[in-house]
Amino acid sequence: MTTRYAFGGDEHIFVEVGDEMSLDAFFKSLSMTNAVRDMRIAGVIEICPANASFQVKYDPDVIAPDDLLSELKRLESVADAAESTLSTRIIEMPVYYNDPWTHETQMRFRERHQDPTGTDLEYAARINGFASVEDFITAHAGSPWFVSMVGFVAGLPFLYQMVERDKQLQAPKYLRPRTDTPKLTIGHGGCFSAIYSVRGAGGYQMFGITPMPIYDPAQEISYLRDFMIFFKPGDIVKFKPVDRAEYDALLAAVGDGSFVPRIKPVTFSLDEFKADPAAANAKLLGVLHGA
Amino acid sequence: MALEILKPGLATTVQDLGRPGYYHLGIPLSGGMDRLALAAANLLVGNDEGDAVLEAVFLGPEIRFTTDAVIAVTGADMPLKIDGVELSTWTTLAIKADQVLSFGFLKAGARIYIAVAGGIDVPVVLGSRSTYPLGALGGHQGRTLKAGDALATLPPKRAMAPGSTIAPERRRGPGTSPVLRVLPGLYWHRITAEAGNGFFDDTWKVAPEADRIGYRFRGGRPLEFVPREPPFGAGSDPSNIVDSCYPYGSIQVPGGTEPIVLHRDAVSGGGYFMIGTVISADMDLIGQLQPNQKVRFVKVTMDEALAARKDAQATAARIRASF
Repeated sequence: MTTRYAFGGDEHIFVEVGDEMSLDAFFKSLSMTNAVRDMRIAGVIEICPANASFQVKYDPDVIAPDDLLSELKRLESVADAAESTLSTRIIEMPVYYNDPWTHETQMRFRERHQDPTGTDLEYAARINGFASVEDFITAHAGSPWFVSMVGFVAGLPFLYQMVERDKQLQAPKYLRPRTDTPKLTIGHGGCFSAIYSVRGAGGYQMFGITPMPIYDPAQEISYLRDFMIFFKPGDIVKFKPVDRAEYDALLAAVGDGSFVPRIKPVTFSLDEFKADPAAANAKLLGVLHGA
Repeated sequence: MALEILKPGLATTVQDLGRPGYYHLGIPLSGGMDRLALAAANLLVGNDEGDAVLEAVFLGPEIRFTTDAVIAVTGADMPLKIDGVELSTWTTLAIKADQVLSFGFLKAGARIYIAVAGGIDVPVVLGSRSTYPLGALGGHQGRTLKAGDALATLPPKRAMAPGSTIAPERRRGPGTSPVLRVLPGLYWHRITAEAGNGFFDDTWKVAPEADRIGYRFRGGRPLEFVPREPPFGAGSDPSNIVDSCYPYGSIQVPGGTEPIVLHRDAVSGGGYFMIGTVISADMDLIGQLQPNQKVRFVKVTMDEALAARKDAQATAARIRASF
């Protein structure tokens, strides 16, 4: 894992912690962005963490590009020494897999897909070696996922599956992006799942839909009144499959303000996770379910 | 209410100088695509440079004023009319209650800025009145304007005499054959040296897919990639990367074919490699490009980028000095 620094024009510095995705790269990137934030460097405007990289926007009238670059490089050693423990939260997110709305959308854009004769779930199940769509859904909903980036559009989380690399689900993006994706679609591209916060273009395979809003610019949803965006990097998500009846009931509860997402505070240790992912996940799920 | 939208134009939005601070959550800066023209329009009506104005693209709106007002229009070359009588752009104008502001066909450039004394009064959301339509955020109900919308203005701050103007030599008009200066970098190493030279040698044309999110270009040669083993999580296409942040002005080239320069409503990140970034001094120029217009990209160094930034600031200072 070699860190690479590059200027993005005269107003951005781009730092790639690793060219491949890993929780190590994510944690190092997070430590470095936290260190930059804590230093309160004059001229730094925005700090944007991503999956295995981050970006700093700055005002070159206040700090010279090379000076900021030197500061960031100095922080790398601090980040290397940082403890890989995170006080965060785990959230249960209901998902109606194989739902009619993403199904209708994927049929409209079938000629842009690798497998025009099947569905996104059938394709993903097959290329990941599962005997059935049901088995694939069980795997997708079976382990927690780590929010390693928020962005693309307002409040959209990128989710990294918390299992050994050889068990991670992978799928290519559509051959050509769709011009439409239903709001709150659970999608998957590369090794990442994503939750589409708004309706719009998209290239990820579509697996299902959640009734739980994650972006509300009107701030009317009870748990989005304080801030319009639900997710932040470091959040942990556990998907819970629901059927049509449960989905409809949850949607009604969201509508009348009675839906409260299940959220529990947890501490995540990267070292513990790497030593025994299954045990670390069992502990996280124990906290989520109040054991 | 002060403005009644009779015809909305193609995509008219309320914009100010934007909403910094939320890009890490996917909410872009937004704000005027041509910030210099936006600031000039505000100064002409006695506003602060960053007050909220209307930005219209390609086709102007038709607006009935319900109260007397002081207005100015800057940016693209588009004839301005009050009750059908053509009047000067880049000039302070008085408009009376019940008069209608309208526009003729676009002659050059792409975006006009319509400032009204006091500024457009829409709610401030996350520190800005700018519209971010993709996120249904800010502006007038989070969207482009529609016929029948009514907009209020805030009380004027300073009186500006009608007829005040910015001298033509101090305006920055739309260029005929624009050159966009680029600092190579980011994932430049992913393409061959020959492809890199070709990118700067070729003449590109603005594609129809050109909006506030980004401008797409076509007509140049496809980029040839340096072979690699795809890194885990990136995806199999040679133009894929592990999803990262996208700088404003960054040039991504999905599949190596059509470069896209991200602008004020940029998607904040994604999985396509970028070959460099248009320098800050040239971002306003992109906002005045029309589809099919020819464009060249020119390679610059950081020192040249910073010198260009100073030049752009001097242009803005000269406009400020007009008042």
